[in-house]
Amino acid sequence: MKIHEYQGKELFRQAGVPVLEGIVATTPEEAVAAYEKLGGVIAVVKSQIHAGGRGKGTVLDNPNQNGVVVCKNADEVQATAAGLLGKTLVTIQTGPEGKTVNRVFVEAGCDIARELYLGIVLDRASSKPVLMASTEGGVEIEKVAEETPELIFKEHFDPAIGLEGFQVRKLCKKLGISGAAAKAASRFMPAICRFFVDYDCSLTEINPLVITGDDQMIALDAKITFDGNALFRHKELLELRDLSEEEPSEVRASESGLSYVKLEGNIGCLVNGAGLALSTMDIIKYHGGQPANFLDVGGGANATQVTEAFRILLSDPKCKGVLVNIFGGIARCTTIADALIQASQTVGFSVPLVVRLEGTEVEEGRKMLADSDVDIISATDINDAAKKIVAAVG
Amino acid sequence: MSILVDGNTKVICQGITGNAGTFHTLGCREYGTQMVGGVTPGKGGQNVEGIPVFDTVEEAVGKTGADATMIFVPPPFTADAIMEAVDAGIKVIAAITEGVPVLDMVRVYEKVRASGSVLIGPNCPGLITPGACKMGIMPGYIHNPGKVGVMSRSGTLTYEAVWQTSNLGLGQSTCVGLGGDPIVGTSFIDLLARYEEDEQTEAILMIGEIGGSAEEEAAAFAKANVTKPVAAFIAGRTAPPGKRMGHAGAIISGGKGTAEEKVAALEEAGIVVAPTPAEMGDAVVKAIAKK
Repeated sequence: MKIHEYQGKELFRQAGVPVLEGIVATTPEEAVAAYEKLGGVIAVVKSQIHAGGRGKGTVLDNPNQNGVVVCKNADEVQATAAGLLGKTLVTIQTGPEGKTVNRVFVEAGCDIARELYLGIVLDRASSKPVLMASTEGGVEIEKVAEETPELIFKEHFDPAIGLEGFQVRKLCKKLGISGAAAKAASRFMPAICRFFVDYDCSLTEINPLVITGDDQMIALDAKITFDGNALFRHKELLELRDLSEEEPSEVRASESGLSYVKLEGNIGCLVNGAGLALSTMDIIKYHGGQPANFLDVGGGANATQVTEAFRILLSDPKCKGVLVNIFGGIARCTTIADALIQASQTVGFSVPLVVRLEGTEVEEGRKMLADSDVDIISATDINDAAKKIVAAVG
Repeated sequence: MSILVDGNTKVICQGITGNAGTFHTLGCREYGTQMVGGVTPGKGGQNVEGIPVFDTVEEAVGKTGADATMIFVPPPFTADAIMEAVDAGIKVIAAITEGVPVLDMVRVYEKVRASGSVLIGPNCPGLITPGACKMGIMPGYIHNPGKVGVMSRSGTLTYEAVWQTSNLGLGQSTCVGLGGDPIVGTSFIDLLARYEEDEQTEAILMIGEIGGSAEEEAAAFAKANVTKPVAAFIAGRTAPPGKRMGHAGAIISGGKGTAEEKVAALEEAGIVVAPTPAEMGDAVVKAIAKK
C-alpha cells in the first residue's frame, strides 16, 4: 500500500525524522492561506499523487505547468495551485494517461547546501533490509544505479538492532559528511531505519535528502510503500489509503480476495495461482494473442469469487474472449465448474469462453460443464487452450 | 532414495484444527503419509479423525517422534510457529501459509539457517516424494515415482510441470515448492546440491519466475557444481515492469529480474530452457538427451 508524501511526512515527524513545515490544500485559496501561515516568504507547492518524477512532470494539456513549483509570493501560489488541482499530471512513472491531482502540499522553503539520496528496501539476496545512500540526490536514482553504481553506498541492518553507529560513520565518510552534519546524520539515519521496521515498510525513499546551510539533515521527500501482509498490525495506516489513486477494477478485485492487474490486450484470463497465471499470459502472447489482464483467483476460490472475477473481466470493454485455466490443488475443479455455471446465469457470457480444467476432482468438474448449458470451448491442455482462445478472438 | 522426505518421515501439522489444516492433514494421510499428530495451542488432548492434537510442538515431538511439520497457522503467527518447530528439533518444516509479513521472515531466516532445520516456504504448496510422503496441498494423483527432481517458486505451475513429466513417463523423485515470497527458507541452490547427491534423481526441472536473482544464482551454481541434466522454465516473460503479479516476489523493478536476463543466464550455464509452459516436460527430455 502506498501513501501520499504529506501523509508520509506526518509519520516521519511522529517518528523523529526531521521534515519541513507543510500544509495540505485542496483549493487555491487553501494553498494561499497555507503559504501565509508558513511565513509568506518562500514555499514549494507540490502535487500529491502516488508517483515519482513530479518535479519534471507536466500537466497533460499545459506543458508549462510542472508538478512541483517554488513560489515566492501569494500570486504564484494561487496560480500554481490553480494550474495543478483537478488537472492530470504526467510523469515518467504515471504512464501517458497521467494521474489526477486532488491535493497539493504547500511546504516551507529551506536553505539547501547539499542534496543526497536515501532509500531503504528489502535485499532479497541477503534476506535483510538495506539502507542505500548516494551523493547523487534529486535525480533519478535508477539512472545512477545504471551508470555510476559506485556512487550508491549500502549498509544492511538487522531489524531487531537497527542501523548501528559505525554504519552511520562509514556512510558519512563515503558521502563526505562531517562535523555538525554528521551528528545530524547519526540521529537521522537510525531513525529512518527504525521507521522502516516499525511500520513494516517495503520501501522508504527520500529523494532528495538535504543538508541545510546550518548542517541540519531534512527529508524533503517521502515515498513510502507498506507491506500489505503486515497491515493487520498497523490498522491506523488503512485510513491513509487513497482509493482514487488505484485502478478501480483492481480495488474491486482486492476486495473479493482476487489478485488482478489490468493490461492492454483483449483476452481475459482467469487462472488459479500466480505462476500459472503469468505462464498463461506468456503462452497467449506466444500464440499471437494479447492478455487483457493478470488474474489469480487464489487457492481457495469459491463461487462468489469466480463470479466476481467474471464480472471484472467482462466489464473491460476491450475483452473479446476469456480463457479459464485451472489446475486444481486446494481449489477443486467441481467448485470452479459450479462457479462457471453460476456466473453464466448471473453475469452471462457475451464473448467466447475457453476452459481448461485439470487437477483435483477434474472428471466430475468436466462432466458438470458438459451437462450444463453453458456455451464453452473446452481445451485439453495449456497449449490447446491458448491456441483456441487466440483463434476465437480472431 | 529421494530428498528431504521419504516413507519413514513422521509428519505433524501445526494448525491442524483449522479448516485448511484438517483438510490437508487428512489428504496427506490418505496419500500414505505418516501423519502422526497435530498442534493447536489450547486444544491438546483432542483428536482429528484419530490423529492426536497437542498444545506444543515440543510435546508432539516427544510423544510421536515427529521429524517433519507442515504449518497452516494464520500469517500473524507463522514466524513464531516456524521457530517453535526449530526449537523442538524438527528437521523439515513446510510453511504453507500465504501472507506472512516479510520482516517476520527477516527475523527468523538466519536463525532457521543456523539451526540445521530445513524450512520450505512460506507461501508454498509444500513438498512430496511420490508414493512415499506428501506434506502439502498438491493433488497427489498427478505425481508418479520417478527420476525428475522438480523445484519451483510457484504452486499450480509446479502441478503443471509435474503433470507433464508424469505424462511423459519420467516421474518425479521429490517435488518442492519453494514459495513465492521475497524471503523463503530454501533456495534453488540448496536443492540443486541435494538433487545432485540423490541417487534417485536423474534430472532436475527448475521453475522460476520474474523478479529477484534466484534463477541467475542457481544457474551459476549449476554450472560449477551440478553434473546431472537440468531443464528450466521462467514464468512472466510478457509481464510489464513495475507491476506486481500476485507473488510478492514477482516484480521487475529497476530493470532487474527480467525473464530475458534469467533465460540468458540459464542457457549460458548449459540449462535447457522451455520456451513455453507447455514444453516443460519436453525440456527435461531434451536436457537428458543432451548429456
